[in-house]
Amino acid sequence: MRFIEHPVLEFKKKRGKKISFTYNGRKIECYDSETIASALHASGIRILSKSSNLLRPRGFYCAIGKCASCIMTVNGIPNIKTCMTLAEEGMKVESQEGLASLQNVKPRKGKKQKMETEIAIVGGGPAGLSAALEASRYNKVVLIDENYTLGGQLIKQTHKFFGSKKQRASVRGIKIAEDLCEEVSENKNIKILLNSSVIGYYNEKGHNLAVVKDNETLIKLKTEKIIVATGASENTLVFENNDLPGIYGAGAVQTLMNVYGVKPGDRVLMVGAGNVGIIVSYQLLQGGIDVLCVVEALPKIGGYNVHAAKLRRCGVPILTRHSILKAYGDDVLKGATIVKLDENWNPIEGTEKDIEVDVICLAVGLSPSIELLRQIECSTKYIPELGGSVIIHNKYLETEIKGVYTAGDCSGIGEASTAMLEGRIAGLSAVLSIKENKKVENSREELINDLENLREGPFGERPRIGKEKLFKVVK
Amino acid sequence: MSYEEDGILELKDLNLPSEERLKKGPTAIIECIENIPCNPCVDACPFNAISMEKITDIPEIDYEKCTGCGTCIPVCPGLAIFVVDVSKEKAVITIPYEFLPIPEIGDKVKALDRKGDIVSEAKVIRVKENENKTNTVTIEVNKELGMIVRNIKVMK
Repeated sequence: MRFIEHPVLEFKKKRGKKISFTYNGRKIECYDSETIASALHASGIRILSKSSNLLRPRGFYCAIGKCASCIMTVNGIPNIKTCMTLAEEGMKVESQEGLASLQNVKPRKGKKQKMETEIAIVGGGPAGLSAALEASRYNKVVLIDENYTLGGQLIKQTHKFFGSKKQRASVRGIKIAEDLCEEVSENKNIKILLNSSVIGYYNEKGHNLAVVKDNETLIKLKTEKIIVATGASENTLVFENNDLPGIYGAGAVQTLMNVYGVKPGDRVLMVGAGNVGIIVSYQLLQGGIDVLCVVEALPKIGGYNVHAAKLRRCGVPILTRHSILKAYGDDVLKGATIVKLDENWNPIEGTEKDIEVDVICLAVGLSPSIELLRQIECSTKYIPELGGSVIIHNKYLETEIKGVYTAGDCSGIGEASTAMLEGRIAGLSAVLSIKENKKVENSREELINDLENLREGPFGERPRIGKEKLFKVVK
Repeated sequence: MSYEEDGILELKDLNLPSEERLKKGPTAIIECIENIPCNPCVDACPFNAISMEKITDIPEIDYEKCTGCGTCIPVCPGLAIFVVDVSKEKAVITIPYEFLPIPEIGDKVKALDRKGDIVSEAKVIRVKENENKTNTVTIEVNKELGMIVRNIKVMK
């Protein structure tokens, strides 16, 4: 289940030391650079938990701590997200049926800590990293991320980026991530809190965040400004048996393949022909995995033709006006039925086709992760072009709460190049609200202009219209 | 069906050089026909043969300036640039290639069209491994396939 070689990625160095842990008593061999869930997948374990009411099997789904399909009891502590927890030598991992009780768990004594900063940034993906770099030129920054590594979803983007030289066009996302992470790590004005979750915001003579680091230290972080760049979560799709292990979000498949070098399976049905669906299909082929076809309910392919064309010339059919009717299999996925749709989106009887697959990959859009911003009481608006409910903000990425900013996918779904620009703008906006500075103001204007240029053209239409709608409602 | 429905470009969708220009020697063919925000090909060309006013414009090639050097091939994020030479007895096509195994000079590989169908055998005549892992492979096929073949399949 592991890649031995790959045309773009090099795993040998990255994989680190060989270790082992036990899963329900069975010895699992893996690397110390991967999560428990990745190690289990690489060992062929596809059922990770059971749902709490109907006890239906649950598999690897999101890979980034947004769903609860992979929760297990680790070293006696229940409800641990195994996709976010690194495997360690000698760990004792046990599967759970639904949520486990906390009754027999001995509470550990945690630590408490106080911290102060000028700008706190939540989320270390492309937007958060870019915000940190800009803000740190003038102010002290604390950058918080719940993962054990910075980079967000940029660390699995093996394709070359679009845009212009300024936005590092033609460079692969993984390389951009590496460079940004290195720059942030070496910056003395940025304090990085990894493996740290913001569990709440409270206002007590200004902005305060409650942060839990390493599951043991509660940090009270007082800050003048907050930039929230918490990204997005993947949407799912309603069809029969859509919860079978073997059905993944497209991002999870990317994480497995491109971060851990683990094959998700051998035969894939891709659902969704936007850029994500087409790019991930191509990445699956690069990993030597068969993609049987891409189905897309819309009458037209949503992604760039250049991406679609490169997939097509590898022989992968892209079927527009097609959808998935159902998935089948007892405990794990065995196959799917796809169907042609008529002009009113109804399945056309007699066009059903069964295909044998062990992976269904859902690339059906993203929803902004706005939970923290809502808790801060930032107001929201439902804007379909931006992926659903988004926080109201202006072109400077200021929300309606003074001193609170947002950037990247959590401010409206876009792509990584625009997320990086938004991050930089939000970073400078926070800087400017601490101290006026003509030079900073000018660079911010320039970035806003670059962002508008990237959103020109037919493919920038949705975010452009979405943001325009949003800017209009700002008070 | 149009390319918007199945992803497959047809010759009528493309802006191709004249027959006369093709007779003169190799030239880049850019199969990028949508207004996407992207312009690294413009910066990459050592002969300033590719131009674009706005970042969302479609790249335009000045075929008189283009020498078919292929510098733009590995740079294009969309892997949409090819170099085609149909001026001699055989068609010589250079394609971007991001798969394994990487073929060797002299290898016989399968030549695929824009749909991924195998249309002939091809002989590999040049392989350039690039630092950014978009390698370029040059193949030789029958002359009439110069505008048809756009991919290869290397048998293990």
